[in-house]
Amino acid sequence: MSEFAIDVKGLTKAFGDKLAVNGVDLAMPRGQVWGFLGPNGSGKTTTIRMICGLLRPTAGSGSCLGFDILTEADKIKLRAGYMTQKFSFWTDLTIRENLEFVARLYQLGDLAGTVDTTLDELGLASRQHQLAGNLSGGWKQRLALAAVTMHEPELLLLDEPTAGVDPQARRDFWDEIHRITSERGVTALVSTHYMDEAERCDHIVYLANGELVTQGTARDIVARSGLVTFRAEGKGVRALSAELEGRPGIEHIAYFGSALHVSGTQRVLIESAVTQAAAPDVEWQEVRPTLEDAFIAMTHEAGVDERQHA
Amino acid sequence: MIGSGFSGRVLAIFIKEFAQMRRDRFTFALMLGVPILQLVLFGYAINTNPKHLPTAVYAAESTPIVRSLLKGLENSDYFDLVEQGNDPRQGQHLLARGDVAFVVTIPPGFTADLIAARRPQLLVEADATDPSVAANALGQADAIFASALRHDLKGPLAGLRPGQQPFELVVHRKFNPEGITQYNIVPGLLGVILTLTLVMITGIAMTREAERGTMENLLAMPARPFEVMVGKIAPYLVVGAVQTLVILIAARFLFAVPFAGNMALLMLGLVIFVIANLAVGFTFSTIAATQMQAMQMTVFFFLPSILLSGFMFPFRGMPGWAQVIGEVLPLTHFLRVVRGVMLKGVSIGDIVYPLLAMTLFTTVVCTIAMLRYRRTLD
Repeated sequence: MSEFAIDVKGLTKAFGDKLAVNGVDLAMPRGQVWGFLGPNGSGKTTTIRMICGLLRPTAGSGSCLGFDILTEADKIKLRAGYMTQKFSFWTDLTIRENLEFVARLYQLGDLAGTVDTTLDELGLASRQHQLAGNLSGGWKQRLALAAVTMHEPELLLLDEPTAGVDPQARRDFWDEIHRITSERGVTALVSTHYMDEAERCDHIVYLANGELVTQGTARDIVARSGLVTFRAEGKGVRALSAELEGRPGIEHIAYFGSALHVSGTQRVLIESAVTQAAAPDVEWQEVRPTLEDAFIAMTHEAGVDERQHA
Repeated sequence: MIGSGFSGRVLAIFIKEFAQMRRDRFTFALMLGVPILQLVLFGYAINTNPKHLPTAVYAAESTPIVRSLLKGLENSDYFDLVEQGNDPRQGQHLLARGDVAFVVTIPPGFTADLIAARRPQLLVEADATDPSVAANALGQADAIFASALRHDLKGPLAGLRPGQQPFELVVHRKFNPEGITQYNIVPGLLGVILTLTLVMITGIAMTREAERGTMENLLAMPARPFEVMVGKIAPYLVVGAVQTLVILIAARFLFAVPFAGNMALLMLGLVIFVIANLAVGFTFSTIAATQMQAMQMTVFFFLPSILLSGFMFPFRGMPGWAQVIGEVLPLTHFLRVVRGVMLKGVSIGDIVYPLLAMTLFTTVVCTIAMLRYRRTLD
């Protein structure tokens, strides 16, 4: 058995003359939960699809659960669970019918028993005869997660599973991911845009413009960014934002709630900028950069300002 | 209700619709291209007054008078002599298989009886399963024979010319003696209805998955293309069976269409035909990007199927190239099977060719479907 759940090198995918993914290397040990981050259109979905055999890489090679991603997609499909970004179960089938369909395709023994257990764990036993299309966003995602884990995969590939889901449902969803991975020793690669979710991961991989920009633990990534961040609070911060824009040393400015984070890599420059911007109704304070500060900085560096926001 | 902003808002929607229509190139191309293609195709192909119908002749003697008759037949636009022989039983066979539309039999002693003014019989048997095919040619037969003999009836025979024909033209309309249109149309409708519903229903089967986004999920799970195809098609076999039952019951009790042949033989033809149509639909669904396109492709297949198969217009009336297109379509062959079995009571030997043609068609189309079916999202 391969030590790595995912071990790919130089993974590249071109659509026409556009490179969606360019030379991505990943070596993901079994049993961990990894976060897959990056702006929209950075190539996260394409990478995941190549790993589970849904897209054929233009270049590169590697293995998933010890099977070649180019030639053994059938074996990977049996052992991995892929949850698509968009809800892709059958909205005109009931919850139970969806689960039964999946269980039959994977030829799971004791069909009724397996589905009953899954429904109980999900807490959907009483609604099992409702159409899947009538579920709320949060419940749809939980149903999808249950469906892709029913065949007890060794690897979960979850593509933005919590997009459009309310905060409580997001927490519940992540509790479920952690429960599955720790109880069954399952490996999970989860793409997300939420920093709190990223911070719950063992390891973060950051993609921009189809290239792997950085990876490591949340702490590593923040430390490696070399950022100095000052936080401004008070009534006057709104006026301040425009004033600070473009000052030497200030690489980016971002709101965190009502507060303003001003970051840069050169302490001297940023300190002087902050001193100049002192105002009576603004309180300045140096803070430890957050993961989000680090990502905003990386996004700026990668020059993806023209990216499309979905 | 029509307020001041009415035309502005109509225009806004008009521009949006137009932009969307233009973006969907394939649909747009089908919308413009298909009608032009059909106009040319059907405009030239369809002919309700079929000529050059294949005719077999069995003449018991070869006298100058008989030769003149045959010559006249051959020179006419309506009859093409494709077979000449001595054994009239062979003619029945050709008629049953649909290889010839007419069998002309000239009995022994015809010439002698004619000269003796005993008005011998000249027998024309017509395949009347499609009454419209035979009607025009039969209407002309008398005149054709009369003018063929005009030059021979001279001198001592000139006395035979005035008044009635010197022979009696006996016409047998076989398989449908009363020329009832329903006998031809209702069995044909079985094929037409199956074609339309089965191609359409399977056509949207896969495109629906793609359009709703469930395709990605299906591909991510362990199902092989052939398994998906068989699984998708099988439910519609049941649909086809129910439709067949309904139509056959209606044929029997509403339209009193005779059933001359063997039910098992019809079932064999039906199974092959139904699978052929389901395979076409499945192939369409692997090509079309949307359900709309699948529907358009269904129409694209359906129109030639009804117009060039011999269902609506006589197959023999079409020019050669159109008959070639018709020969490709499974409905053409199914019509030969269903009309053969129901009206003519043919045996399996008579319909081997259409059965094989449908099987070949199915094999080719299934292969295309398998090659087209995408295992990835590329």
